[in-house]
Amino acid sequence: MTAEKDAARLKDAHPEGVLDVLEFRSETTVVVTRGALHKVLQACRRDLAYDMLLDISSIDHFGDDPRFEVVYELATLNDSKHLRVKCKVAEDEDVPTATDIWAGADWHEREVWDMMGIPFSGHPDLRRILMWEGYPYFPLRKDFPLAGRPTDMPDVASTGVAPLEGGPFVTSSGESEIARREPRAHVVQ
Amino acid sequence: MPEATSSLTPTYAAYDSKIEGNVIFTRVDAAMNWMRKNSLWPMPMGLACCAIELMATASSRFDISRFGMEVMRFSPRQSDVMIVAGTVTYKMALAVKRIWDQMPEPKWCIAMGACASSGGMYRSYAVLQGIDRLIPVDVYVSGCPPRPEALIDGLMKVQKKIEAEHAVLDQKRAAFEGAV
Repeated sequence: MTAEKDAARLKDAHPEGVLDVLEFRSETTVVVTRGALHKVLQACRRDLAYDMLLDISSIDHFGDDPRFEVVYELATLNDSKHLRVKCKVAEDEDVPTATDIWAGADWHEREVWDMMGIPFSGHPDLRRILMWEGYPYFPLRKDFPLAGRPTDMPDVASTGVAPLEGGPFVTSSGESEIARREPRAHVVQ
Repeated sequence: MPEATSSLTPTYAAYDSKIEGNVIFTRVDAAMNWMRKNSLWPMPMGLACCAIELMATASSRFDISRFGMEVMRFSPRQSDVMIVAGTVTYKMALAVKRIWDQMPEPKWCIAMGACASSGGMYRSYAVLQGIDRLIPVDVYVSGCPPRPEALIDGLMKVQKKIEAEHAVLDQKRAAFEGAV
């Protein structure tokens, strides 16, 4: 059973939950709704034997609605099959936790919460993991500058702004045109 | 029979251990600096990849034991020079500052590598752009990571800096000026 067939089985089992099955260079992706996410992930573990959760990450489609997308990378233990599960999430919505399916989802979900600000409902200990408790921003969002914003929590930590912020070497990831995204990009004939 | 010397040739004070015994005349400052520079115990603040090169410098091929520096005291109370080796994140910067404050005087600091000197390639929201924004640095060693020879060169520069110190002279001067 290949990952493609697994995705087709998921679509048959959850016809309203699975929005789309994509395939790119032998990588299979299943796009699901937020309501069906937990059931689909459970089916992946129990019925299709995707025992390894490799990664949970998130994408910020700044300007779109729903704004975020949570991506689960799954694999079998003998590494014969990989499957990706994606789910779009709006800014004020939360995502059901996957810690009851894979224990390793714990820290991945904490990282998504820390960097993107997507809360996971039912998580045993949802707090920041890379930045410190009390840090006021979510750094990997598109509206947060790479060079950082100044903060101050005396006795905990403080951040400054990196030099040359806003200068010619900084990219602005939210733009649609590549010339404004990458200021030094040039047209190749 | 002593040789005839004209009044223009300088005479050098000879140190003959059979006559003078094992006694050297010098300044307290020079003696202290000699002792300090030849037994600089590092406080290895090994934070990232530069720590590997720091360990390599301490191991047998590059051997800082030749300089008396193999004593990597992880207790700040017992060390002289803090070698900040690696990326200093804002989260870790607090710990680095605390440990620097716990080191007793005289103390020196080496910023090893690009990240400790200026934030390195990480010009971002999480990396302190150089440890000199928090603590006074004496020597910057460039490299990513610097070769062990470069770190040894940096340590020798700290030794030269120590040679040029005049702690007792400053104490005397401060005592006299305080009295006035």
